[in-house]
Amino acid sequence: MAPPMSPPPGTICRAAPQPGGRSRPLLGCRVRAGFPSPADDHLDVEIDLHAHVVRRPAATYFVRAEGDSMLGDGIHDRDLLVVDRSLEPLPGRVVIIAVDGEPTVKRLTRRAGRTFLEASNPRFAPIPLEGRECQVWGVVTHVLHALPGAAP
Amino acid sequence: MIALVDSNNFYVSCERVFDPRLEGRPVGVLSNNDGCVVARSEELKALGVAMGAPMHLLPPAVRRQATLLSSNYALYGDMSRRVNLVLGECSPDVEVYSIDESFVGFAGLPASRLEALGRRLRETVGRDTGIPVCVGLAPTRVLAKAANRVAKTSPELGGVCRLDAEAAATRRVLEALPVHALWGVARRTAERLALMDIHTAWQLREADPKRIRRAFSVVLERIVWELRGRPAIQLDDMAEARQRIMVSRSFGRLTGEWRDLQEAVRQHGARAAEKLRRQDSLARVVLVFLRSDPHRLGDRQYHNSVVVPLAGPSDDSRALLEAAGRGLAAIFLEGVRYQKCGVMLMDLVDAERHQLSLLAFRDEAARGRDRRLMTAVDRLNREMGRDTVRFGLPRRGTAWALRCERRTSRYTTRWNELMRVKVR
Repeated sequence: MAPPMSPPPGTICRAAPQPGGRSRPLLGCRVRAGFPSPADDHLDVEIDLHAHVVRRPAATYFVRAEGDSMLGDGIHDRDLLVVDRSLEPLPGRVVIIAVDGEPTVKRLTRRAGRTFLEASNPRFAPIPLEGRECQVWGVVTHVLHALPGAAP
Repeated sequence: MIALVDSNNFYVSCERVFDPRLEGRPVGVLSNNDGCVVARSEELKALGVAMGAPMHLLPPAVRRQATLLSSNYALYGDMSRRVNLVLGECSPDVEVYSIDESFVGFAGLPASRLEALGRRLRETVGRDTGIPVCVGLAPTRVLAKAANRVAKTSPELGGVCRLDAEAAATRRVLEALPVHALWGVARRTAERLALMDIHTAWQLREADPKRIRRAFSVVLERIVWELRGRPAIQLDDMAEARQRIMVSRSFGRLTGEWRDLQEAVRQHGARAAEKLRRQDSLARVVLVFLRSDPHRLGDRQYHNSVVVPLAGPSDDSRALLEAAGRGLAAIFLEGVRYQKCGVMLMDLVDAERHQLSLLAFRDEAARGRDRRLMTAVDRLNREMGRDTVRFGLPRRGTAWALRCERRTSRYTTRWNELMRVKVR
């Protein structure tokens, strides 16, 4: 056996989408915008879902949701969340926030001068932020929910 | 003016972004195969854990308290790329110096605006990536390095420090700075400087450049000029020996040819490997980077870097070049005209102190012996049972596979390892 040269393929560490690179659709197949008509001499570029969803590549992260307290906002268990860290955590926005070190997904609300973390499922009571160690991790901008038949 | 942007305890900071519970606790990152500490949080430093300390020699009390993780180079490489993306928004002139340090050029900006810009840079990187950075601002790279050091060690500055060439504050800083702490001054050089009664950075600044050149080298003369505020040093070849080795060059003319890049990376890699062996070190990681010409505004702009971990610490040119070649293939993009590429060897370890130095033979004949030895070892293990012969490793596991059992998820580069967030 030859001496070890390097780890097996697949351990190369590359960052995902390359700036200025060709767009890579998030979904497995490419979707053309509109049906091409011979009379149509407009040159449309390919619709790029990644670019549409990822406005600030350096600040955008994908995370996996676990649980159902945000069903009212369309976030199901196992959904893919697009999180932009550069957005301001304004009231009304759905955020990822670390409460006592544990990251969780909640909606920020302000009522009577106080800030609360609210779930969109009525079974969960709003959590007042006062007196807790909290740090906003980022703002959730999109949810990608797979329906039956979608690739896992 | 030039800014040196340096991430604080970079590997640990990356881990903390995705696991906020690690905040405020002693955290260490271990090299993959040899289990030495390659990054420490401030809390771990306070426990007396030295850089490069082997994990199995840490006191039990420290091991109980501390979170020790395998290195997650996929994550660190991606977070480094993100930090540089943010820096690229502030200036077209970003030069990656290592995985956690970049020089950012701010030519033509009024000095009065620089500190505000430095603060904004720091805030934006922190917001977008969660990585805390310090910013050193100065007219030259050597001074920017010194400024960064001040920013790191003086919390009251809020992470940003500016050193002008002719200022009383700069003099105070340089007078307190021993020469060996200067960028590009090796410890042995510092010892020889001490014989000339030059102990501090200020004394070196005041020395006669010609005399320094005669007694030492052109590089040290340039450091004198840089200390005086006159830019004299290019980033190429200016790597701190013993910590990282970098070889990079600009192409004579822009090229988009795969073969040109391949050849350049091969040459840079070979040169870096020679330097590595000369200083008796082994590298654990190879970084490859390339970039287009940021000053050609009409050209398609692209810069990227990639981090390739080695199976084990090595100074074998073949292993290093193979890794560099794989890295290049991963980031090379057709249709871009490249101005520069480079190879960096990182997370170095002393060969003589390393148990795996058995693998670090120099000449061809020794390598042949090495290979025959490996073959014999493999046959013994195959015929007489696994682990019949091991390489002085006090732990289980083979020397070949990357040991990364304490590695966190590759949160940003693998779909199936994304950060999980409770929605409860």
